[in-house]
Amino acid sequence: MNKWEYAESIESSSIVNIEKKYGIFIDGKFQNANSKKFIKTISPSTEEVLSSVSLGNEIDINSAVESAKEGLKIWSKLSGTERAKYLFKLARLIQERSREFAVLETLDGGKPIKESRDFDLPQVAANFFYFAGWADKLDLSWNAKGLKPYGIVGQIIPWNFPLLMLSWKVAPALATGNVVILKPAESTPLTAILFAELCQEVGLPPGVFNLVTGDGSTGAALVKHPDISKIAFTGSTGVGKYIQKETADRDIGLTLELGGKAANIVFNDAAIDQAVEGVVNGIFFNQGHVCCAGSRLVLQEDIHDEFVTKLEKRMQSLRVGNPLDKNTDIGAINSKDQLDKITSLVNEGVEEGGTIFQTDCELPQNGFWFKPTLFTNAQPSYRISREEIFGPVLTTLTFRTPEEAIEISNNTEYGLSAGIWTEKGSKILWTADRLQAGVIWANTFNKFDPSSPFGGYKESGFGREGGRHGLLSYLKVQS
Amino acid sequence: MSLTKEAQNILNWSDTVELIDNLRVDEVGLKERVASLATRSIKKDSKLQALNYIISMCDLTTLEGEDTEGKIGQMTAKAIRPDPSNDEVPSVAAVCVYPALVSKAKKMTQNSNVKVASVSSYFPSGQAPLESKILDTQFAIDEGADEIDIVINRKAFFEGDYRKMYDEIVALKEVCKSVHLKTILEVGELRTYENIKKASLISLAAGSDFIKTSTGKISNGSSREACYLMAKAVWDYKTVTGFKAGIKVAGGIRDSKDAIRYLVIVNEELGSEWLNPDYFRFGASSLVDDVLKQIKKLKTNAYQSSYYFPRG
Repeated sequence: MNKWEYAESIESSSIVNIEKKYGIFIDGKFQNANSKKFIKTISPSTEEVLSSVSLGNEIDINSAVESAKEGLKIWSKLSGTERAKYLFKLARLIQERSREFAVLETLDGGKPIKESRDFDLPQVAANFFYFAGWADKLDLSWNAKGLKPYGIVGQIIPWNFPLLMLSWKVAPALATGNVVILKPAESTPLTAILFAELCQEVGLPPGVFNLVTGDGSTGAALVKHPDISKIAFTGSTGVGKYIQKETADRDIGLTLELGGKAANIVFNDAAIDQAVEGVVNGIFFNQGHVCCAGSRLVLQEDIHDEFVTKLEKRMQSLRVGNPLDKNTDIGAINSKDQLDKITSLVNEGVEEGGTIFQTDCELPQNGFWFKPTLFTNAQPSYRISREEIFGPVLTTLTFRTPEEAIEISNNTEYGLSAGIWTEKGSKILWTADRLQAGVIWANTFNKFDPSSPFGGYKESGFGREGGRHGLLSYLKVQS
Repeated sequence: MSLTKEAQNILNWSDTVELIDNLRVDEVGLKERVASLATRSIKKDSKLQALNYIISMCDLTTLEGEDTEGKIGQMTAKAIRPDPSNDEVPSVAAVCVYPALVSKAKKMTQNSNVKVASVSSYFPSGQAPLESKILDTQFAIDEGADEIDIVINRKAFFEGDYRKMYDEIVALKEVCKSVHLKTILEVGELRTYENIKKASLISLAAGSDFIKTSTGKISNGSSREACYLMAKAVWDYKTVTGFKAGIKVAGGIRDSKDAIRYLVIVNEELGSEWLNPDYFRFGASSLVDDVLKQIKKLKTNAYQSSYYFPRG
């Protein structure tokens, strides 16, 4: 009999309606940007141009701030219950139109449809529902009098989880009574634009949610604007440092959610087959474009060979290809720039002496792709073991004792997440106590819940998103 | 570890102990992986290919006190030609009957590729002395069975006497010689995932050619999680010994969609070389009819009633 191949099972993209050009969304409607300049957004899996979006400039940011001021006048007079109504409506609409959002996210960003459909969109809706629920209960959130919103909040989000990061930022900001100016990532603006259309549909008062698309210069103009009371940024540590310096001499709130180089520690008493699955999920989820990715496998030396053999076998079964195919596990790298960065770091890893394993999968002709990659013998001094690669590349280090596992895991400038794999409960607690990371998963990885705060140690940033703690990122406690 | 010389696929007891020492399964991670494999979308040509695989991998089964030669006659005829209106549909792999009906089944299948499997060893409970199990098995083989499906000694397993469980299988393997030995774990009774993996490895080490989920005689028969774990055990055993064992899933698999999900598990965990009747089987009675209907639907777009297909 012939080998059993899965026939392509393509999610239809006819459900999305993408316009040729988009303006910026201020005063509750789309309008032409002052800049009159556009940037093309392409599908990274085909390099096909999907649309052109406005390249917002300083004047556009000024207009957005004026719009936000008007919006704040209305929004600040509404009770929490009234604000919640809008957020609940948005949550329900996102659920209703989740297939449309999922396809758009996959087209624009390159992530597999099974992830945008089964992970991103359910999480997005859950965040809106969760924070809608807080809007009329803020007095109960912290034992403090006089919780005040910042006012106008500037939010800059990355390209790895475009709509999910929007929901992490917009939902708590609006729930707590702030108004928002959002700058989505240059390469993935389309779901934010669709979200703006939803805001119109639910009748959100003009100026409460403003969207200015653009590139780094647009973000810089937003950060510099004197009437912004708070900046929330998710992205690279480099840009985060720039923003912190830029805002240092102003009375402004700031939260930063930056890079990571998470350790995924596998002890020899772990359930090995499930640990292999968890390690695969930890690094290959969303092509490794995940700030909390488990990019460093920290493996007990006595199980190294067995584990690596199983891991390589499992990696071979990963299906890389058209992200709209429902059977695709790994989609396209988000952009040419990112692909170049991954390629150069991996090449350097080989030159430095790491042992590289890549799967035999065939990569499509067009678009940006990178094979699932595993480095063994990746010494702690190598760049691949220290820098955030932000791609489907896992490095492996071994340890002899639990103490050594902790030393290796904490030997990084980052501290966003970590994973622990052992069947021994006391060892989980012992290890978690000693890890310097904001989120620690035990015997699982990449689990999120709107009620759980997320954020980093060290150069992975400060401030928490999600949960009750996430409200504090948008409230000033005045007692 | 290496296999003993006497029988080609038996691992000695001390190596077996090492194999089952400290095995751990995480339930949450296991379920998550199995659930994610169930989201594979199998359409068009790959679906038709899968449906034909399933037919060719079926052990068409009847294991009832009321079974008669007449009933076996009907079932074997269906096994040889499941859908008389479509010559492209293959024969099933085997028919599975009680020892007393093996000779009738053998007679009926003599001019076909369909094998005859017999349950033995005091199926389904296994609550009998080893001597009786040996006689039961020897009888089925003497009657002409090509394959023998035995049950593990769950009494010994739950009492912690793994050695006894192992020794019994080794003894029955000796009776079987080259006759294919399938060992039923009864995963619904073992319940925990560690038990399933442990019983899988002991059964393999004792010389089973196949490990099988269930007798089909209890309500919680097969599960995809059990199949996944058994696939992992088969892989681990192959890594250690080089021996390539098969898996039979049986007990409650009634429709094509479910059966295809089992195929996906085997395909992704063991590879496509396991996707043939030598290494993967379905124990089934009603599954075949649903698969035939689905094949017909793919060909003609009509979902036909049961009376279009011969009863077995």
